[in-house]
Amino acid sequence: MQVYRWTLTMALSIVHRATGIALYVGTLLLVWWLVAAASGPAAYANVQAFTGSIIGRLIVFGYTWALMHHMLSGIRHFVWDLGYGFKANEREALTWGALIGGIVLTVLIWIIAFAIGGGR
Amino acid sequence: MSAPDTPKRSMRTPLGRVRNLGAAHSGTSDFWRQRITAVAMTLLMIPALVIVMMLLRSNHAGAGQILSSPPVALILLLFIAASTWHMKIGMQVVIEDYVHNEKLKLVSIMLNNFFSVAVALASAYAILKLSSGV
Repeated sequence: MQVYRWTLTMALSIVHRATGIALYVGTLLLVWWLVAAASGPAAYANVQAFTGSIIGRLIVFGYTWALMHHMLSGIRHFVWDLGYGFKANEREALTWGALIGGIVLTVLIWIIAFAIGGGR
Repeated sequence: MSAPDTPKRSMRTPLGRVRNLGAAHSGTSDFWRQRITAVAMTLLMIPALVIVMMLLRSNHAGAGQILSSPPVALILLLFIAASTWHMKIGMQVVIEDYVHNEKLKLVSIMLNNFFSVAVALASAYAILKLSSGV
């Protein structure tokens, strides 16, 4: 393995897995939120207190990024599955696109969320 | 992986014996389902995000009202079905890649199935309960 030059596509391949695992664990938060909503106002208030806290917001922000990055990185894999984008410059462009696009979409989603008053 | 034992007399070609099998011994069905669920989630991503944003700005009563709309409940149910199936397959691939002890691998894959099904059913139950307005 050591003979390989560490490339962007290799690094992002690991990031795709890591974000996938993070999203897997993060579904616990989603379940907690939905089950609390089904349980009643007191349980729902607990979730809102957590997601409104600093640590809660950091986790949800991280979750948003993981989701957006994993989706774009997945679309990149889909392009490769279809047999396109294998030239060196195309590989790099797709990978940079997923990396930058994931960050841009995450920030955009949070701006919209705050703008419509969801950031309480 | 070692090749399966070759019977002394067989009309089957080596290719015929391994075709449609893979490291997982179950062929390409998981590979295909992984792509189907990925495309489904990509298509559902914008409506799902809109719903989450609507829910974020509302209190408990408001959230119940939003989720009582059939299209909203259906979009979330579809998203949960696709995502839990997708994550079950994805985690299984990771387990198969990194867990080499056969027994530990089987236990991990079993736990992965339990977790994914539990997440799917708990979420679906909560949405159905909310959407029926109980």
